[in-house]
Amino acid sequence: MSSTAVASEALTSQEYIKHHLTNLTTGEGFWTWHLDTLGWSVFLGLVFLFVFRRVAKNATSGVPGKLQCAIELIVEFVDDSVKSTFHGTNPLIAPLALTVFVWVLLMNAMDWVPVDLLPWIISMVSGHEMSHIYMKAVPTTDPNMTFALAIGVFILTIYYSIKVKGVGGFIKELTTQPFGHWSLYPVNFILEMVTLLARPLSLALRLFGNLYAGELIFLLIATIGLFQLPIHFLWAAFHLLIIPLQAFIFMMLTIVYLSLAHEDH
Amino acid sequence: MNINATLIGELIAFVVFVMFCMKYVWPPIVGAIEARQKEIADGLAASDRAAKDLELAQEKATAQLKEAKAQAASIVDAAKKHEAKIVEEAAGKAQAEKEKILASGHTEIETERNRAKEELRQQVAILAVAGAEKILERSIDAAAHSDILDKLVAEL
Repeated sequence: MSSTAVASEALTSQEYIKHHLTNLTTGEGFWTWHLDTLGWSVFLGLVFLFVFRRVAKNATSGVPGKLQCAIELIVEFVDDSVKSTFHGTNPLIAPLALTVFVWVLLMNAMDWVPVDLLPWIISMVSGHEMSHIYMKAVPTTDPNMTFALAIGVFILTIYYSIKVKGVGGFIKELTTQPFGHWSLYPVNFILEMVTLLARPLSLALRLFGNLYAGELIFLLIATIGLFQLPIHFLWAAFHLLIIPLQAFIFMMLTIVYLSLAHEDH
Repeated sequence: MNINATLIGELIAFVVFVMFCMKYVWPPIVGAIEARQKEIADGLAASDRAAKDLELAQEKATAQLKEAKAQAASIVDAAKKHEAKIVEEAAGKAQAEKEKILASGHTEIETERNRAKEELRQQVAILAVAGAEKILERSIDAAAHSDILDKLVAEL
């Protein structure tokens, strides 16, 4: 949510939105770094690990404190989700699912920070004009972020597929179905490759698309003047649904893809 | 959409976070949860056992109470019988004692009476002699008339 952009006197609505969708960058070409995405995502990841580590260190099997109760609620929720989908033994999947869920949830939750609040604070502190400040605070609206997560999951999928089924078994899985005849193996391979590659692509684009669109609507609402406040409130309330839902979907699909990698046909 | 080096940075961050979570966050929390679940399960089982034990103990206590009551009743009965016996015995003894005392009293009285009689006899004899002496105012041979006197005494 935001109050009407202070800087909008100098910017048209189009320029205002474009400004807010530009990352704070350094470097050239491929070696461009999105400092806001990196900074916020790492900060939120550290918040997650710091809080959970503190609870883990003081975890008691006796009567738990309030914070431990809350953390255990999340952990058990993730654990139940993993156990209902994945039936093998793999020490990585549950912590991976927990990290994905909480990290994505925190990054999505940055959507609730008013779009002009952080630039305004920075301009107050630094003295620069807001039109010169670039700060895209929601890391999951950056495809680099979502693709990094999806590619990480994809690499693990390939790794466990090969580890569980062997190289031969994995290739066999990619070529011998859905059609059983040897002459159709190339067709099978093409179909299976599409299936395989569509997973990380859809995983990354779903999260990115949802959050990017949500952020864009926040920016559109911010340009309409005085009536924006109730609309902002409604849209933020709607995000109560979107933010945890997208985090949950990302976690669930991570678990599903990894348990598919463990299944031997 | 511009994919750039940020992706590599995020990928590294992702790997590091997941590894940290896997090593230092997940095991202790899940360990604590599982330990608590086990404790609760054990506690429930123990409470079940305790309830069963309690039921058994109550049954046992009831049986013991019944037995104790019966025992107490029999003891009271025996005590009553004993008491009656003692009272009876004591009454008998007292009766015997009474009779003994009475008997001894009678004997004593009898002896005393006999003694008094004897004494009286002698006194009467002397008195009679003395009286006779006085009446006759003569010397009478006591020895010659003692047989008459003796006869007299014996008639007393």
